[in-house]
Amino acid sequence: MDSKEFARQIRIRVLKMVHDADASHIGGAYSMADILAVLYNEILHVDPVDYKNPARDRFFLSKGHACAGLYAALAIQGFFDVNELDTYAQNGSRFISHVSHYIPGVEASSGSLGHILPIACGVAYAAKLQQKTFKTYCLVSDGELNEGSNWEPIMLAPQHNLGNLVLIVDYNKIQSLGHVKDVIDLEPLIDKFKAFRWQTHEVDGHDTHALSNLFQKIKTVSNNTPQVIIAHTVKGKGVDFMENKLLWHYRSPNKELYAQALEQLKNN
Amino acid sequence: MRTAFINQLIAEAEQNDRIFLLVGDLGFSVVEPFAERFPNQYLNVGIAEQNMAGMAAGLAMEGYCVYIYSIGNFPTLRCMEQIRYDICYHNLNVKIVAVGGGYSYAALGASHHATEEYGMLRTIPNLTICAPGDPEETRQLTAFSARYNGPVYLRLGKAGEPLVYEKGSVPDMERGQVLNPVKGERVAVLSTGSVLKYAVDFVQSNQLNASVYSFPFIKPIADNQLIDILQKYDKLITIEEHQLMGGFGSAILEYLNDTYEQGYILKKPRVKRIGINDEFYSIAGTQAYLRELSGIQLQLTDFI
Repeated sequence: MDSKEFARQIRIRVLKMVHDADASHIGGAYSMADILAVLYNEILHVDPVDYKNPARDRFFLSKGHACAGLYAALAIQGFFDVNELDTYAQNGSRFISHVSHYIPGVEASSGSLGHILPIACGVAYAAKLQQKTFKTYCLVSDGELNEGSNWEPIMLAPQHNLGNLVLIVDYNKIQSLGHVKDVIDLEPLIDKFKAFRWQTHEVDGHDTHALSNLFQKIKTVSNNTPQVIIAHTVKGKGVDFMENKLLWHYRSPNKELYAQALEQLKNN
Repeated sequence: MRTAFINQLIAEAEQNDRIFLLVGDLGFSVVEPFAERFPNQYLNVGIAEQNMAGMAAGLAMEGYCVYIYSIGNFPTLRCMEQIRYDICYHNLNVKIVAVGGGYSYAALGASHHATEEYGMLRTIPNLTICAPGDPEETRQLTAFSARYNGPVYLRLGKAGEPLVYEKGSVPDMERGQVLNPVKGERVAVLSTGSVLKYAVDFVQSNQLNASVYSFPFIKPIADNQLIDILQKYDKLITIEEHQLMGGFGSAILEYLNDTYEQGYILKKPRVKRIGINDEFYSIAGTQAYLRELSGIQLQLTDFI
């Protein structure tokens, strides 16, 4: 399947998961769905059967609340039985609704924001020391860039030439209580990263071809500068009544809206 | 203590290229020998403790036995959530080392008084909590931390603490082990951390018929050893350089209550707790001065 279809499959699975579990955060899972699709379908060197292989690429999800999207991507790739997704956020399930490292293929748990980039930095630093060639990817939300603990590793990574570190910002422009520009405006975001001596890239985070080309380019380039991708995305992307709506950070679709959303995704 | 720590860490690193030391831009005239000898196992992350704790987690995921080193509350309270969630929840091989435990840096003020961290750290699953009583215990606890696979907190004093034990006389430490440097009958003083020397001197100089036990581990504590102590004495005195609330004395009371409730002991000894009584001390002075001011002192009447 191509990455566009992969992303559609993620969205359909996520829709069912959050509907069945009456769970939140579908908006943030949808804004990153195309990024995950391209990564897991085309870019990441990971093996569902041997998911702890030391040579694998590391993908860290920092916006752990959007875990339904990652669980779906991993299920589609065969890291575990896809039917297990039906237990998402249900009593006794290992699929808790912030990403869990107890799930095969998940590198680290996250749910408290601003924790994962430091960890990814440690992994990238270790890889460099040990002259390993894998890349370390870390996907953060825009809102979590409010956390000072993200800017500590953003300062450190270029100091230690962590060119094997790829940071992806899912820039959907909406955080928990409002628009990013109204809470703490991140702009000029790209200039901030440039000032911190990162190599910057901007991309339409829903254009799977553009994402693929960019990731391929970064993957083949070997240099000493950490890479950041500002991915412009739409919260709730793929279902018209969810797009750009803060409400869908929290809301779970009822039966009627579930059917409507599913219809849109199937015909997309 | 910090010298004993770094010397032992160097000895460990000589045999183990997976030992890694991260410092938060602190450790002047302590960490340099390690940094020079093992440049590929050392990093100064700058003044950024949250990143230090997170990076330690990442390095540990890649197979390193990682030590993070800073002063007082900086490697603990400043990054408490990274300790809880990144290090302990993932049960990673990270050792958190704080120099300046208690009032070691008394004159530097309340920012540098590390007197609450046991209470916060004790509640975190998977974490082993250690506070050596002298440089010899420090050496053995450092060696323990290097061979034990899991998160450990190590609270050190500063430099120049006197020895309680003869050099080389402290055996290899088991996790939870209790030591008994002074043997007596009527009363037992249960001490943790660098206040041990004071407790030993008090008992010996007053020729009291009392035991002094050192608890290099606050969590866990070896059940069998503690039950023996609870059964043997009618009176116990706990002493620590920490708030009474949530500290070492609290841990002893919890063990006492639970072992009694579960029927492992048939009578309860009286317990007097010595520590800091829910106060900050915004006043200049030496470590001894602040200990006395905050009530960390034994009384002869305690032993009657």
